[in-house]
Amino acid sequence: MDTSSNIEIIENSYQVPDYTRNSSSQRSISSFQSTQSKTSIREVNFSSELESKPVRHGSTGGADSEGFSASYKEINDDDARLIYINDPEKTNEKFEFAGNSIRTGKYSFLTFLPKNLFEQFHRVAYIYFLVIAILNQLPQLAVFGRGASILPLAFVLLVTAIKDAYEDYRRHRSDKIENNRLAWVLVNEQFQQKKWKDICVGEVIKVFGNETLPCDMVLLSTSDSTGVAYVQTTNLDGESNLKTRYAKQETQMKSPVEGKISGLIKCEKPNRNIYGFQANMDVDGKRISLGPSNIILRGCELKNTDWTLGVAVYAGRETKAMLNNSGAPSKRSRLETRMNREIFFLSIFLVTLCVVVCICHGIWLRRHEDELDLMQFYRKRDYSGPEVENYEYYGWGLEIFFIFLMSVIVFQIMIPISLYISMELVRVGQAYFMIRDNRMFDESSNSRFQCRALNINEDLGQIKYVFSDKTGTLTENKMEFKCASIGGLDFSSGTGNEQVEYSVEVDGMILRPKMKVKVDTELLDLSKSKHSDEGKNVHDFFVALAACNTIVPLTVETDDTSVKLIEYQGESPDEQALVYSAAAYGFMLIERSSGHIVIDIQGERQRFNVLGLHEFDSDRKRMSVILGCPDNKTVKVFVKGADTTMFSIINKSLNLDMVKATESHLHSYSSKGLRTLVIGMRELSTSEFEKWQSSYESASTALMGRAALLRKVANKIENHVTLLGASGIEDKLQQGVPEAIESLRSAGIKVWVLTGDKQETAISIGYSSKLLTSTMTQIVINNNSKNSCRKSLEDGLVMCKKLKIESGATGGGHGDGVSRLALIIDGTSLVYVLDTELEEQLFELASKCSVVLCCRVAPLQKAGIVALIKNRTEDMTLAIGDGANDVSMIQMADVGIGISGQEGRQAVMASDFAMGQFRFLVPLLLVHGHWNYQRMSYMILYNFYRNAVFVLVLFWYVLFTCFTLTTAITDWSSVLYSVIYTSVPTIIVGVLDKDLSRTTLLKYPQLYGSGQRQESYNGKLFWVTIIDTLWQSLAAFFVPLLAYWGSSVDGSSIGDLWTIAVVIMVNVHLAMDVMTWYWITHAAIWGSIIATFICVMVIDALSFLPGYWAFFHIANTELFWLCLLGITVGALVPRLVVKYLVQCYRPSDIQIQREAEKFGNLRVAEIEMNPIIDSPRTT
Amino acid sequence: MSSGDGASKKSKKPRYSRFTQQELPACKPILTPALVMASFISLGITFIPIGVSHLSASEQVVEIREQYDEICVPSNYTNPTTAHQERIRFIQDSRTDKTCTRTLTAPHKMKPPIFVYYQLDDFYQNHRRYVKSRSDKQYRKPRSETEYGDCDPESTFNNMPIVPCGLIAWSLFNDTYRISVNDIAIPINKKDIAWKSDKTHKFGSDVFPKNFQNSDLVGGAKLNESIPLSEQEDLLVWMRTAALPTFRKLYGRIETEIEARDRITVVIQNNYNTYSFRGKKNLVLSTTTWIGGKNPFLGQMYIIVGGLCLFLAIAFIIVYLIKPRPLGDPSYLSWNKNPPAH
Repeated sequence: MDTSSNIEIIENSYQVPDYTRNSSSQRSISSFQSTQSKTSIREVNFSSELESKPVRHGSTGGADSEGFSASYKEINDDDARLIYINDPEKTNEKFEFAGNSIRTGKYSFLTFLPKNLFEQFHRVAYIYFLVIAILNQLPQLAVFGRGASILPLAFVLLVTAIKDAYEDYRRHRSDKIENNRLAWVLVNEQFQQKKWKDICVGEVIKVFGNETLPCDMVLLSTSDSTGVAYVQTTNLDGESNLKTRYAKQETQMKSPVEGKISGLIKCEKPNRNIYGFQANMDVDGKRISLGPSNIILRGCELKNTDWTLGVAVYAGRETKAMLNNSGAPSKRSRLETRMNREIFFLSIFLVTLCVVVCICHGIWLRRHEDELDLMQFYRKRDYSGPEVENYEYYGWGLEIFFIFLMSVIVFQIMIPISLYISMELVRVGQAYFMIRDNRMFDESSNSRFQCRALNINEDLGQIKYVFSDKTGTLTENKMEFKCASIGGLDFSSGTGNEQVEYSVEVDGMILRPKMKVKVDTELLDLSKSKHSDEGKNVHDFFVALAACNTIVPLTVETDDTSVKLIEYQGESPDEQALVYSAAAYGFMLIERSSGHIVIDIQGERQRFNVLGLHEFDSDRKRMSVILGCPDNKTVKVFVKGADTTMFSIINKSLNLDMVKATESHLHSYSSKGLRTLVIGMRELSTSEFEKWQSSYESASTALMGRAALLRKVANKIENHVTLLGASGIEDKLQQGVPEAIESLRSAGIKVWVLTGDKQETAISIGYSSKLLTSTMTQIVINNNSKNSCRKSLEDGLVMCKKLKIESGATGGGHGDGVSRLALIIDGTSLVYVLDTELEEQLFELASKCSVVLCCRVAPLQKAGIVALIKNRTEDMTLAIGDGANDVSMIQMADVGIGISGQEGRQAVMASDFAMGQFRFLVPLLLVHGHWNYQRMSYMILYNFYRNAVFVLVLFWYVLFTCFTLTTAITDWSSVLYSVIYTSVPTIIVGVLDKDLSRTTLLKYPQLYGSGQRQESYNGKLFWVTIIDTLWQSLAAFFVPLLAYWGSSVDGSSIGDLWTIAVVIMVNVHLAMDVMTWYWITHAAIWGSIIATFICVMVIDALSFLPGYWAFFHIANTELFWLCLLGITVGALVPRLVVKYLVQCYRPSDIQIQREAEKFGNLRVAEIEMNPIIDSPRTT
Repeated sequence: MSSGDGASKKSKKPRYSRFTQQELPACKPILTPALVMASFISLGITFIPIGVSHLSASEQVVEIREQYDEICVPSNYTNPTTAHQERIRFIQDSRTDKTCTRTLTAPHKMKPPIFVYYQLDDFYQNHRRYVKSRSDKQYRKPRSETEYGDCDPESTFNNMPIVPCGLIAWSLFNDTYRISVNDIAIPINKKDIAWKSDKTHKFGSDVFPKNFQNSDLVGGAKLNESIPLSEQEDLLVWMRTAALPTFRKLYGRIETEIEARDRITVVIQNNYNTYSFRGKKNLVLSTTTWIGGKNPFLGQMYIIVGGLCLFLAIAFIIVYLIKPRPLGDPSYLSWNKNPPAH
C-alpha cells in the first residue's frame, strides 16, 4: 500500500488519526465494560481494535504523515519511561516495570469467587433477580420459600461460573506455556537462555529468524548490514505480508557482547496503538529519535532475517499486543432497542398491578379494621405472650407498602428477564447456523463466516442501506496486470492468452515467480529486442516496475529441489502485480536489500544500487527511487504515481504526442475499470545527483521535521521526468457480485458504493457490477467549491422532480422513475457538503436515488456518509469493507461486515460479522437475516405473552385472597415456570423455526421487505399480543374458578390445575405458531408439557409441602381434564380465528409464499415476477 | 493469480449435515380453509355432547342448602347498629344454648351416599397470614413438636408447644349437625372424610394434640387429646385449606336414601364464630355424579364454545364461498399488487 500510487492509497492517507483514536478509546472502554461473559464465542484475538494505520512505513522510518509535530515532540519526563540499555537493574530501580510474564487468565483461586460474581452481576437481569431474591428474604415479605427464590439465580450463576472457570483454566494453561518459552538474553556479556517470564525491561535480547518476539523491543542491530529486519504481524493485525523494521545506524555497528552497548531510551508510556511509537535514544552523547519502524512488537515473527538484537521496552501486560487483547465492540440490535420500549410498558403494567393490589388491600384493611383482631384468618393480636400485642401488623401504611413489595416479588416475571438469557442462547444458536452454513464458506481463502458480535443477528433482517467499499469488497483485490501503454503504444494483453512462465537459472537452481501472468506476445517480443527505440522504452518501463517499489522477494522451496519459487512480499497488491508482470516479461526482481537490488533482465543478472527511496505519501501521491545503474555511471530516478500528480511533473516538451496518447490510453483503461499508474524516469546528471544526495542525507538525518524535509527533497528530484508509460491493473470483480447486487436491489436494499478510486473507475465498476444500468440517469457532482456544490445539489433535486413527474405521467406512480437515478459524487465535493447545511440537501437527493456512488472518498468521509443516513432515518445501515480505510465506516453503521480478504484483518477486527466474499451478503441478509429477524421478533412477543399470562393468572387469584398475594400455584411451579415448563420450546423455535425455505427467499428477494417494514415486531403486534394475553389469562383463570366455585376444592389442587392449564395453553399457543415442525420441535413442545406433569407430580409427592398428593386427587376427577380441554380450546379459539382471517384475507407476502411453497404454485409466480432489468454492459 | 497454498492447508469448510444446513425434514402445516373449517366443525361436534352430558349430570345432582347463621341467633337483635356486636357476644358466650333446629324438605329422591357439607362464605382460608400459619413438620413427627414453622401467634401457650399449631388448626370449624329424616335419626358417617394420603403421610398417627385451644381466645373446636392427629378427620379436612373464599368442607356421609318430600330435621350446634367477620354459614346435603357437585358452568361453557365453533365454521364456509382466495396466488404479493410501470 505504501509506495505505489494506486488510488486506493489515497483512502488511507486521509486518515485523521485524532478522530479514530478518540473513538477507539471510547469504544475500548465501552467494550471493556460490556464484554462480560460472552467469551464463549468471542475469538480471543490480538485485536488491533480500529486503530487505523496512519501510513505504512517503508524505509526511512519517519512517521511522515503525522509529521514532525508528533515524532519529534519532546517526551515529557512525567509521561516517559526511561530504559537503560542492557542495564535492567538501573532501569527498574526507580519504578518496577511490569515483568514479561503474562496473565490472560482473569482469576486466581482466591479471587475467582468474588471477581466472577462481580462480573456476572454486571448484567441488569441478574441484579433484578438478586434484588427480588433479597427482598424475598425479609421475613415480612417472604412470598416464596427461600430456596425456591434463590435457586434459579444460583443455578444460572453456577453454570456461568463453571463455564468461566473452565475457560480461565485454559487461559492459565496457555499462559504457562507462553511464559515458559525460551529466549536468548544478554547476561554478563553473554547470551543465555531465559524463560520469557523472566525477561525484564532494559535487557538486550537476541531473536533468531522465524522466532516469535517475547516482548516489545527497540531494534539495536540486525544481521543485515543496513539494519533491516522483516517481521510478520499475523498475530497482531492478521496481515501476512512482511513489514520492514530498522535498527538505527548508530547502534547497528556495536557489538553487545563486548559490553559496548549502553544508552538511555526515553519512550512513551505503554499504550495500545500498535502503529505508533515515540522515543528518543541517547547513545554516545547523541540523541536519536525512534519511531514506529524501530520497534518490533511481541507476537510478531521475525522473517527473512537471521537475527536481531533489541532492547526490551515494554514487557508482559504492557506490551501493545496484550493491551490490544480485548473483545469485539458490542452493539445493540434495533429489535432489542424497540423491545426495551415494550419492556417499559410491561413495567408500567407491573406497577399498575401492584398498585391495584395494594390499594385494594388497603381498602379491605380499612373496612375490616375492627374485625381484624378476632377474624380467624387474620388474628391481628398475639395472645400467646404475657402481653397482648399486635402480631405482624405494622399499621395501615406499612402493611400497604409491604403488600406492594410482595406483589412486585410475586409478579416479578412480568418483566421477562429470562428473555434476555433466552435471546442470548438463541443468538448463539443462530450464530452457529450462520457459521456452519456451507454456502457462506469461502473456498479460496478457506474462511468460514464469523460472528464477532453476538447481539445484532436480527438486525441483518432489517437492512435498508448497504454501504460497500469497492476494492477488495466488490472486487477481489487480486491485482492483475492487464494493459500497458509504453511510449504511447497500447499493449492490451487481450491478444495473448497463454500464461507465460519465466524462469532463470541461478547456481544450478531454477528460480521462478510464484504466480503466472498472462502476457501480451507483442510486448514480450518487444521487450526482448533491446536495440530499437521502443525496446529501450520497454526496457526502462519494466525496470521501473521491478525497481520502483518496496517489494521483498522471498524464495520458497518446492517439492522439486532444483526449482525454487520467488514470492514477492509487499504491502500493496498493486505493486505485487506489477513486479510479477515485470518478471513475466523477463525483468525478474531477485534480491533486495536496503542498499541494492538485483534484477534478472532477460537472463542477465544486473545489480542496481539503491541510492535513495522516496516513499509514497498522500500529498505527492507518488513514489520514486534513485538507482545507480549497473554501469556504475548513470543515475536514474524512477517515479511511479497517480496520473493526477504525475502529469504535472512530466516534461511535456519532450514528446507531446506520446503524452497525449498515454493520456487517452489512461482514460480508456480507467473507464474499463482498471487501476492506472503512470511511470516516469529521469537521468540525473552528476551535479544534480550530488546536490540531491547531500540534501537527502541531511534531510534523512535531520532531527527536526525530517518527514517534511524529505518530502521537499523528493519534490525537487521528482521533476521534469520523461514519461515512460502507464500501466493498467485489473482488480477483478468478485464472483457473483452483479447477481448479488441485483438481489439486494430487488430486496429493496439501496446499495451505495464508497470508494477511493477515480470517478471513471468507479463508474465502470458500477456498470460491470450492475449497480448502474444504461437506463439510469446519472447525476454527477464533482465540484471544487461550496457554492457549486449547492448548485449541483439543487439541479439534482430539480431533475429528480422532473423525472418523477415524467414517470407519473407515464402512469407508474410507484416512484419508479426515481429509482432509476444514480448519484455520483466525489470526495472533494463531499468535503464541502458533509458537516455543513448542504448535508440535508444531499440526503434528500441521495434518498431519491437508487444508486449512490461516492468516489475518491477518505475513510472519515465514508463514516460521514453512513452517518448522513443513520442520523436522518430510522433505516438500518450496513457497511461492508475489507481494508483499514473501511474501519470507521464499519463502526459507524448499524451492522459492520468485514471481508477477510487481501488487505489484512483490520476491517474484520472492527466488524460485527466477517466473511470471505461479497456475494455471501445475499444469503446472509436474505436468508439468515430474514430468519433471524422472524425468529427473534416472534420469540420476544411470545415471551412477553408467556410471562404476562402467568402473572395475570396469579393476579386474578390475588383478587380472591383479600389481596394478600397468596398463590395457589406452588412456589416451585412459579419458579420453574420460566425455567423448565416453557423455556426450552421458545429457544428451540427461536433457533430452528423457518417461515420460508432458503430457495424461496433467494428467489424472491422482495420477501426481505417484511423485515424492513418491521412486520414481525411492532407496536400494533405488541398490543394485540397483550389483548390476547388478557383474554387467555381470563380463560385460564376463570374456567376453573367457576367450575369449582363453592365446591370443596382445596388451594393446592386448583393451583395444580392452573399450573398445568397455563403450561398447556402456552405451549399449544406456540405450537399453533410454529411454521416448521422438526422432530426437535415436537420433542421440545410436547416434552415440556410432559415435563410439567412430571414436575407437578414430584412436587406433590413431597409430604412436607402443604399440597401433598393434591395433584393425584384432582387428576382423578373428570372435571379436571374437562377444564384443561375447555381452557385450551376456549383460550386459543379467538387467536385461531383472527389468525385464520388475517392469513386468508390480509395475507402477508410470506404467507402467500408459504402456501405457494407447499402447494407448488411456484410456476405461476415466476411468470408474474418482475423481469430483472438487465444491462448488457460489461467491461 | 491464485495462490497454491490453499489446498495444502486443512479446509475449514463446515462439514455438511442436514442439521447445520437447516435442511432437516420437516412438516410445514398451513391454516388452509379446509383445515380450519374441519377443525372447527369437529370441535363443535365434540364439545356440544360433552357439554350436554355435563349439564345433565349437573341437573341430576340433588342439593339442599340451608343458610343458618342469621336464623340461629336470637331474633331480637334487630337494631342494625348493635346487632353485629350482639351476635358476636352471643356466639362468644360459652354459656348460652346454641342449639338450633332447622327443617328442610327434599325436593327429589336422594340416593346414598348423600354428602353433608358445611359451606362458609367470605371465609378467606386463602389469606396469606392464614395459609402459611401451619407446620407440616410438627404434624408428622412427635419429636418435631417444637418446630413451629410459621405457626405464630398460635405456636406456644405458656411456653409450651401447641400441637397442632397455627391459625388453621386453631380456627377449626366446630358446628355440629344431627339429622333425622321424618323424625327418624339418621347417623352421619364421619369416617374417611379426609384424604387417605393426609391420614397416612401428612399427619402422624403418634402425634397427639397438646395445649390445644387452651388460651383465652378460642378459635374453634377442641380436640380429643387421646386421639392422634391422623384420626382427627375433621381437622384433616379443615387443614386442606380451601382455594376460594366460598367453600364447602365435607362433614360426613349419609348412607340412607331420602325420598322426595321427606322432611329432614337438622339440629345444629351453632358454635362457630363467623359473625366477627360477617361471614355466612350453610349446611349442604348433596348427592354426587361423575362431575362432583352441582355446577352447570362447565356444561354451559362447553355448549357455548361448541356452538360458537360450529357457527364460525359455517361463517367461514360462507365467506369462503363468497370471496375465495386461491392459496399461494402470487397476484396477492405486495410487489405484484402495484405493478410498476415500465
